[in-house]
Amino acid sequence: MIEIRNLSLDVGGFRLEDINLKVESGEYFIVLGPTGAGKTILLESIAGLHPIKSGEVWLNGREVTALEPEKRGIGFVYQDYVLFPHLSVRGNILFGLKQTKRPKDELRSRVDWIAGLLGVSHLLGRKPETLSGGERQKVALARALSISPQVLLLDEPLSALDPHAREEVQQELRQIHRRLQATIIHVTHDFEEAIALGDRIAVLGEGRIIQVGTPEQIFRQPNSEFVARFAMSRNIFSGEVRDGGYGETIFAVEGTELAVVTPLRGKAHASLRPEDILISQEPLISSARNCLRGTITRIDNRGSTIYLTVSTPLDFVCLVTRRSFEELNLAQGDEVYLTFKASAIHVF
Amino acid sequence: MEIWRWIAARRLSLTFFLLGLIILLFILVPLLKMVFSSDPGILWDTLLQGEVRSAIWLTLYAALLATVVGLLLGVPLAYFLARHRFRGKRLVEALIDVPIVVPHTAAGIALLFVFGQDFFLGKAFHLMGIDFVSAVPGIIIAMLFVSVPFLVNSAKQGFERVDVRLEKVARTLGASPWQAFFRVSLPLAWRSIFSGSVMMWARGISEFGAVLILAYHPMIAPILVYERFEEYGLEYAQPVAVLLVLVCLLLFIGLRTIAYRGERA
Repeated sequence: MIEIRNLSLDVGGFRLEDINLKVESGEYFIVLGPTGAGKTILLESIAGLHPIKSGEVWLNGREVTALEPEKRGIGFVYQDYVLFPHLSVRGNILFGLKQTKRPKDELRSRVDWIAGLLGVSHLLGRKPETLSGGERQKVALARALSISPQVLLLDEPLSALDPHAREEVQQELRQIHRRLQATIIHVTHDFEEAIALGDRIAVLGEGRIIQVGTPEQIFRQPNSEFVARFAMSRNIFSGEVRDGGYGETIFAVEGTELAVVTPLRGKAHASLRPEDILISQEPLISSARNCLRGTITRIDNRGSTIYLTVSTPLDFVCLVTRRSFEELNLAQGDEVYLTFKASAIHVF
Repeated sequence: MEIWRWIAARRLSLTFFLLGLIILLFILVPLLKMVFSSDPGILWDTLLQGEVRSAIWLTLYAALLATVVGLLLGVPLAYFLARHRFRGKRLVEALIDVPIVVPHTAAGIALLFVFGQDFFLGKAFHLMGIDFVSAVPGIIIAMLFVSVPFLVNSAKQGFERVDVRLEKVARTLGASPWQAFFRVSLPLAWRSIFSGSVMMWARGISEFGAVLILAYHPMIAPILVYERFEEYGLEYAQPVAVLLVLVCLLLFIGLRTIAYRGERA
């Protein structure tokens, strides 16, 4: 278990005030916050890489606030991998193990095991500069896990990757968490990533923790305008993916069926951007696979754009411009049709 | 017509190449002229003179020792400057460059004040049996003074290019600050340190002014060249100069090849 008590920081433009977090052993904990919220410094402080002026860090019931980073047993993975360029992949993974001074063949088998776990065994002889982004991040994970850390800190581990590699590394993270029962603190600015991976999420904004809760709690009951804005940037549903007829894939959520495009099956999340939903007063005949009828239950005026909440009865947040809003003459309680393409829904 | 178009498309490059060529020739022609107008027989005879050989040897190893001192004291300074920001850092960095701008005879006088026996430091060394005036240690400190900026600046640039986060990751993996330095920063900055050392050594070998003030004897090669020129004229100075240039070039080419090979690996 790792606990951060009353942590405050003020370094070169970043400010964290009175951060209190408690992460249970084996928990996948997400810190969600906009870019520039001081997330990296928060992680570096936990790892002991950044001096803490006020506050405490506790690791498994022991205060480690003043302990040197090399004595904490905390694994760290940066967004852009930061592999040792002068060492091979094997050398990178061995780096921390060499500090333990255990017999050579034991180290060797440990490296082989970790490399196998992350699927990088075939890369052991390569230099980091020859690897793709996804491969580098898996090696960085292997290196951090090699020392069997008590906590693994991940600083935006998926942000530098292309969508395909991101998917792959995300799967890898889920697997590591499950197989090693690892305690993970993962910071990100990506709401979907947070929901896909987190057991619990802490939303960080303006240097403070604004809300802590399960993904459901965060996107169903945001406790503030700030969290709501994060949550509103996407319509997020949890449901189940199954095959429909005619080669279609269906995402079923609370009795509503949405056509989606995804290779995934079973329990999953789906997200839809408010700006990808078309609003009309008559049902549209188009190539878009999804058309739902609903009632406007809420109008949220943001100046030149307007957010409408439409209940079908599933709630959808839709974005329209002020001009469309006025031309369609929309009002609360109106019946409207929502149209969106199957491919506009991201299943994860 | 083709050729004119080809030239017109490369006006800037061609002009700059021609201007650059002048400076290249300016460096190359005097050296080549000196080497090729010397008689191989006389060169060989000169090489057989004990005075010449010991002067060249002394030059090489005094400069090498100065470089070793530079490595031991200058590399830590370079690392410190690359990793820390503090008030007056600019001043410290400027101070490192001072030996490059002071006339070297003046530098020699300054060193003489401190390491001569009229000052406590010189006295203290004298009690330990180390004298600087007209002695090898004097040659070494004169070379050290004028050439250490090359090593410190190059090493500093090398360390600045090493991402601090590499050291941070090393720390989380169980490395102490010392281990992080020796296992990560030093190997990654090695090439800059090496090429800085080569420059420092080369600068030490070529030093004349500061050494002249501190230790005319034992005689290093540049002073020997000067002495022969002064006393016997161009004809007698030339073979020594040629030998010195050839030795330096061979060493320099060899060391650059090593550094360059490292770069490609």
